[in-house]
Amino acid sequence: MSTRLTTGGRLLNKSKQVTFSFNGKQFTGFEGDTLASALLANDQMLMGRSFKYHRPRGVVASGAEEPNALVNLGTGGKFEPNQRATTTELYDGLTCTSQNHWPSLEFDVGVINNYAARALPAGFYYKTFMAPAAAWKHVFEPIVRHSAGLGKAPKDRDADRYEHFYAFFDVVVVGGGVAGLMAAKAAGQSGAKVLLMEQTAHWGGRAPVDGGKVDGVKVDDFIDATVAELEAMDNVTLRNRMMGAGVYDHGYILGYERLTDHAPLLDGPRHRLWRIRAKQIVTATGAIERPLSFAGNDIPGVMLASAMRDYVENFGVSAGDRTVVVTNNDDAYRTALALKAAGLDVPVILDARASGGGVLADEAKAAGIRVEVGKGIAKVKGGKRVTGVAICAQAGEGAVLEEIACDAVAMSGGWSPVVHLWSHCGGKLIWDEAQAHFRPDPDRAPTSHDGKPFVSTAGTASGPLKLDDVLVDGLKAGEAAAEAAGFTVTAADEPKGEVHDEAPLQACWLMPQGAGPKLRMKAWLDYQNDVKVSDVKLAAQEGYESVEHTKRYTTLGMATDQGKLSNINGLAVLSDALNQPIPATGTTTFRPPYTPISMGAIAGEARDEVFQPLRRTPIHAWHEANGAFFEPVGHWRRPYCFPRGQESHADAVSREIRQTRDSVGLLDASTLGKIIVKGPDAGKFLDMMYTNMMSTLKPGKCRYGLMCNENGFLIDDGVVARIDEDTFLCHTTTGGAERIHGWMEDWLQCEWWDWQVYTANVTEQYAQIAVVGPNARKVIEKLGGEMDVSKEGLAFMEWKDGKIGDFDARAYRISFSGELSYEIAVPASQGRAFWDALLEAGKEFNIMPYGTEALHVMRAEKGFIMIGDETDGTVIPQDLNMQWAISKKKEDFLGKRAQMRDHMASEDRWKLAGFETEDGSVIPDGAYIVAHGTNANGQRNVQGRVTSTYYSPTLDRGIAMGLIHGGMKRLGDVVEFNKVDGSTVKAKVVDPVFYDKDGEKQNV
Amino acid sequence: MSEAVSALDGATFEGFAKVEETGLRGMITVRGDLASKEMSAAIKAATGAAVPAQRKVTSGDKGAVAWMSPDELLVVVDYASVNETVATMTDGLKGSHALVANVSDARAVFRVSGDSSRDVLAKLAPVDFARDAFGAGDIRRSRIAQVPAAVWGNEDGSFEVICFRSVAQYVFDVLKVSAQPGGDVGFH
Repeated sequence: MSTRLTTGGRLLNKSKQVTFSFNGKQFTGFEGDTLASALLANDQMLMGRSFKYHRPRGVVASGAEEPNALVNLGTGGKFEPNQRATTTELYDGLTCTSQNHWPSLEFDVGVINNYAARALPAGFYYKTFMAPAAAWKHVFEPIVRHSAGLGKAPKDRDADRYEHFYAFFDVVVVGGGVAGLMAAKAAGQSGAKVLLMEQTAHWGGRAPVDGGKVDGVKVDDFIDATVAELEAMDNVTLRNRMMGAGVYDHGYILGYERLTDHAPLLDGPRHRLWRIRAKQIVTATGAIERPLSFAGNDIPGVMLASAMRDYVENFGVSAGDRTVVVTNNDDAYRTALALKAAGLDVPVILDARASGGGVLADEAKAAGIRVEVGKGIAKVKGGKRVTGVAICAQAGEGAVLEEIACDAVAMSGGWSPVVHLWSHCGGKLIWDEAQAHFRPDPDRAPTSHDGKPFVSTAGTASGPLKLDDVLVDGLKAGEAAAEAAGFTVTAADEPKGEVHDEAPLQACWLMPQGAGPKLRMKAWLDYQNDVKVSDVKLAAQEGYESVEHTKRYTTLGMATDQGKLSNINGLAVLSDALNQPIPATGTTTFRPPYTPISMGAIAGEARDEVFQPLRRTPIHAWHEANGAFFEPVGHWRRPYCFPRGQESHADAVSREIRQTRDSVGLLDASTLGKIIVKGPDAGKFLDMMYTNMMSTLKPGKCRYGLMCNENGFLIDDGVVARIDEDTFLCHTTTGGAERIHGWMEDWLQCEWWDWQVYTANVTEQYAQIAVVGPNARKVIEKLGGEMDVSKEGLAFMEWKDGKIGDFDARAYRISFSGELSYEIAVPASQGRAFWDALLEAGKEFNIMPYGTEALHVMRAEKGFIMIGDETDGTVIPQDLNMQWAISKKKEDFLGKRAQMRDHMASEDRWKLAGFETEDGSVIPDGAYIVAHGTNANGQRNVQGRVTSTYYSPTLDRGIAMGLIHGGMKRLGDVVEFNKVDGSTVKAKVVDPVFYDKDGEKQNV
Repeated sequence: MSEAVSALDGATFEGFAKVEETGLRGMITVRGDLASKEMSAAIKAATGAAVPAQRKVTSGDKGAVAWMSPDELLVVVDYASVNETVATMTDGLKGSHALVANVSDARAVFRVSGDSSRDVLAKLAPVDFARDAFGAGDIRRSRIAQVPAAVWGNEDGSFEVICFRSVAQYVFDVLKVSAQPGGDVGFH
């Protein structure tokens, strides 16, 4: 059984006991425990069920690489699935449940898949569920989804807060082990601004567990002293509980800081995502021990040798009383010695190497441990727990020589550098035959904009595994990074780390090397996704030669752990099956993040009221206070209508229209874009921008204009006012303000850079209010002031500056409704007061505001087009019968040549017309005008479509505009629009101007 | 003139730094040849300041001038005197190709002050706010979370954030979130 030892536990505060629950059971641990160490201390070796076969699984590692011990952590708004028990710091009150089991962890019905494993090999989805097609959706997928999968999806709103943080450094060192500490110190001493981040809560990495001395002092003391030195440097920032999540182009690196995961009651953000720019990045990310592939290597109790040592030294926890150690290198002997020193039994060390180990092996023998060389594990015995191992010759096919009872197995297949961050941005790897691992190739580093490397590695992440090499490599990496960042380095003395002579490792990708199909089917490569040696062999046999294809076919390395333990073993097995050297197979692509980061950290502050910016006009607060029903227009919210009491929206719209047409209404038009275009070439420039002639416009006058892109399609429209000889004010649509300003600047900066034109977007400088209706003039005149707004004083399509009441106003006599209408701009800071004054002055005329829907209906009654309704990016002005707005005199304008193309000039284009249903009903939005017959796809032929369709309260019937083959030539034809219910509605083709065809009302 | 009201009417928030809307400010967009004699004379006449270098703010007895782009400046004066300044600038640049526009009402201004104000801003803008990289007289045209904004450093160590008026509430709200107690980064 696994249990707490009386000794050891350097990271524990044994005076502080904490209580937590797992699957509803109450357990205790100590402050400083991880969830994994605390569960082991309570003999809870079984921590989850596997993804596909629901096999019982226990913890196998002690850090970020853990594939098995994943839990649903927390409850309610603090719930999060797939949390690694090995990196979850224990706190009082922690609640978690194991994953992927039903009905319980101990008794799981899904384990039936395990017995059917022969029928569920790699690629079984693709082979089994081919037909019938409908069965996938209704039968197979629900079963597979219920059976496979890990954590549950959270159901409640996230109760925590998150944030981003931008920071800039000369050198960023990722990893606070001894190499990272050395690198940070070396870079810091040069004066460079340094950040050192460490994903755990502790400095020093594995060194304190592995022991040894540096320059004659214990490595623990060396670490403490170095951290103290770094803390004393003003130019060095130390952050623990912060992971280097990803490295991106140009020295961009993400740091994922976990602030309150270890203490959820602390105030403040839970995670902070550091978005860092660094001149140089040093990855001192250490190495990960590889499992060995033997039958039953996934049975709870089989662990990485280093992890078992970690649990003993760091947490005072033993995985079992009798541990068999199996290895292909010397490092695992340290585990055997540590277990022995802790008073535990190591019945045998199985060393796959025929020649055995070095000095450490001699120490083990001296400690009385039996060592068997050239031997391995044929199979592990046990179900939910290891009960023993069957020993065989590594060179053979697995004939059992002896069975040994034990309750834990410590395995080591060698160490692989953590090359993830190095690889994220294109760093290349080389195969190190002696260590049997891929390590960074310093000659092919990730390069920045200048072609120079910006990432380097330090310590075991570079390849060396011995303490003295690691320290020196860290020091050199720090010095080199500081130099590359432009600092001068004075070479420091190299630290001396204590080392033992080690015998060389011998690659071991399958144990025993001749294991037959039966053993291979139980030899796990990827624990989390249930991929075995047999699956990779099958993939190779079926022709998946590329490692990327094999990965996807077998799902090797595709789980939340991204194959941290399985990748190298998997591709070694694939190489063997393909009969090619490992470097020829290569690795799959390493992509950020290193381990999963929270969605909250990615979102940062963007949630609730600041999820998205909301743009508000100066009158927005009035709209809100007066019951406006809003619609989004870009980031603005514009009132769609102002319903009163129980009034429906449709009724409100009708009321607003009738009031405006009969008396006077107000529209908040502040959102319309307003762009100043100024300079000696402004007229020439606008002649290019608009299809109309703008250069001939007289100061004091307004002209409606159309804008097309270079392909001839309509992109915007609006009224242009000429302010003076050199200055124009261009109105754009609400959604077009920023886009059209950018469009203008694009042409001015990139194409016509020698034209003397400046633009300025002054959209928000003004509150603009349309006063519309037969009584509009009376309302304005009531406000007083010096401005003459009479028919003669301010004629249709003129503008004027002056005082209206107390307000600094610019009034435009323009109309989008067909009524007498003034659009009056005042400085935004006076906007609300102006609105209030108009409401007060208009009381006797029952003045009321109208919303965007009334605006739309009124413009449709007048046959005015709307960008985005009549246009969709494929419509040219000619389609809308707007030849009158296209200058024939101008040599050129944007879109001119495109509009002369055959297809654009074709008579076959759908063109604008009006439509009136015979029964007076409203044609549905988006309806097509059907034609005879069907097309090649069996769909009904069409000859046009509706673009605007409304109920007109003025005419008390449905009115519509649309594009139809033949356009206005079809006047009088009766056509059919399709309806949602499958039927059609008949409508007559009519003139699109439904109201006041002669424009008398706006010109009074 | 009707009484002018700023977007948030002087809203304030006190977290681990202080955030205040400063009220209306006279602001003038000036585009033209920043190296010309006419420009420096017009700027001098309007503010008493010199034309600022790239990413800098200069100040004089009547106002401040911020560099906005290679052909754009922002002149900052009292709200009450903005029309007068526009007239001075327009007059001074009469002979050259230039654009002078009053944008005072198109903006909102916030002051962020306190020891940790740099941390508050560094959560929202991708700008190096380190003391040796950004100080009094520096300006960056950048963004605050999802909207465009400019930030400059004041002599007293506080910062001012300028944004568009329509997003004043959003900018105030994100500054509040950023300055919420418990969120001090302790970095700058």
